[in-house]
Amino acid sequence: MSRPIVEARGLHKHFGAVHVLRGIDLSVAERELVFVIGPSGSGKSTLLRCLNRLEEPSSGSVVVDGIDMLAPRTDLNQARQRIGMVFQSFNLYPHMTALGNVTLALRKVAGKSRADAEALGKAALERVGLADRAGHMPGELSGGQQQRVAIARAIALEPRVMLFDEPTSALDPELVGSVLAVMRSLRESGMTMLVVSHEMGFARKAADRVLFMDGGVIVEQGPPAVIFERPVHDRTRAFISQIQRH
Amino acid sequence: MSSWSRFTETFFNGPVMARYLPDILAGVVVTIELAALVVVTGIVAGLVLALLRSLGVRPLTWLIVGVVDLFRSLPPLVVIVLVYFGLPSIDLSPSGFVSTWLSLALVLMAFSEEIFWAGITSVPKGQWEAARSTGLSFRQALLSVVLPQALRLTIPPLTNRTIAITKGTALGTVVAVTEILGQASSAMSNSYNPSPLMLGAAAYLVLFFPVVVAGRWIETRFAWKR
Repeated sequence: MSRPIVEARGLHKHFGAVHVLRGIDLSVAERELVFVIGPSGSGKSTLLRCLNRLEEPSSGSVVVDGIDMLAPRTDLNQARQRIGMVFQSFNLYPHMTALGNVTLALRKVAGKSRADAEALGKAALERVGLADRAGHMPGELSGGQQQRVAIARAIALEPRVMLFDEPTSALDPELVGSVLAVMRSLRESGMTMLVVSHEMGFARKAADRVLFMDGGVIVEQGPPAVIFERPVHDRTRAFISQIQRH
Repeated sequence: MSSWSRFTETFFNGPVMARYLPDILAGVVVTIELAALVVVTGIVAGLVLALLRSLGVRPLTWLIVGVVDLFRSLPPLVVIVLVYFGLPSIDLSPSGFVSTWLSLALVLMAFSEEIFWAGITSVPKGQWEAARSTGLSFRQALLSVVLPQALRLTIPPLTNRTIAITKGTALGTVVAVTEILGQASSAMSNSYNPSPLMLGAAAYLVLFFPVVVAGRWIETRFAWKR
């Protein structure tokens, strides 16, 4: 059995007096799609952001693709190439074209030549179905297209794991499908993915494992069928019934 | 003599204006030199301070804020007088030109640092996060992602403030700088006629009106469609 791509042990995070993550142990195997659900404030986003050190964990360990993310010796910038992140508010660079967004890190971090970067960038945009929009500015794209460009920007660096922080929460409902389709095809190509989202339909069909978080701890985890149909814990059951009421 | 021709005789006296035009033009050259030096050194210094401030080293930030607040609070004329008359007591004797340049540059540095800082901090945090999450270093994220966005936000207030401060070159008269107003003042005393001042005013208009227009052009040129 191969080593897990993501291994977090005893992860704690305090924001001042608020104890947001209270001892998280998480293991994500290669090619797994792990879905994280839970009420707001449960620490789901914070967990994701600790994995690529956008947030500094207060204590615990984070090892991604064999790299100790918290060790002082670790070249964080190089390590972050292996972790792709997609944000709720897309965060595309508004002063660059779609292709420019995708190729910036390829040139500056991966050291590719302009020509190579453009070729790889176009290929990434092709994968998300937006090759014809390469020359467009983010302001000229719809929300769904912007998010797909953001995904292309992350996958262009060929990461070992992709982190999705509520990727469709800021999208109009009719645009959500296009983004989920890209995520589905990523999964089919074997990408390891960790997704924080409320898209339960997607979780049921595509997730290997669902984590329910509440109050900074992982209350329960298991296959989607179990978590959604026959959860063990009361808190899980309460949350699931709450969201399914809509 | 009608009151109109008396008016023009006094304020638009042809022979007087012709006689002192060369002096005014010489003053224009000095004003341009002074203004150009102030703009370049002031803005560059302000940008450097803002970038140093972005490093987040607390004592450094406090020092920068202290210096900036000092020069934003002092009237430029006071700074000029302090530099010109005060520095000799520590064995430094800057000329009137250098005193004016230094003082106005320090004032522009202070205001432009605040403008650049406002620009940098108003770039959404998500831009930093996206850039860093792809492996860009702090420096790369700052230079390629944040600063280009920050600079576009700073252009309007920066051009405004720069124009205001460079007109302060006229304050150099106080320390005998031979820029436009200085030349016009001498010409007025020598000719007992205020026409040179009208020439001087016209010179300022001719000089700064295009600068104002250029500033507006720069503002519109650098906006991008959000």
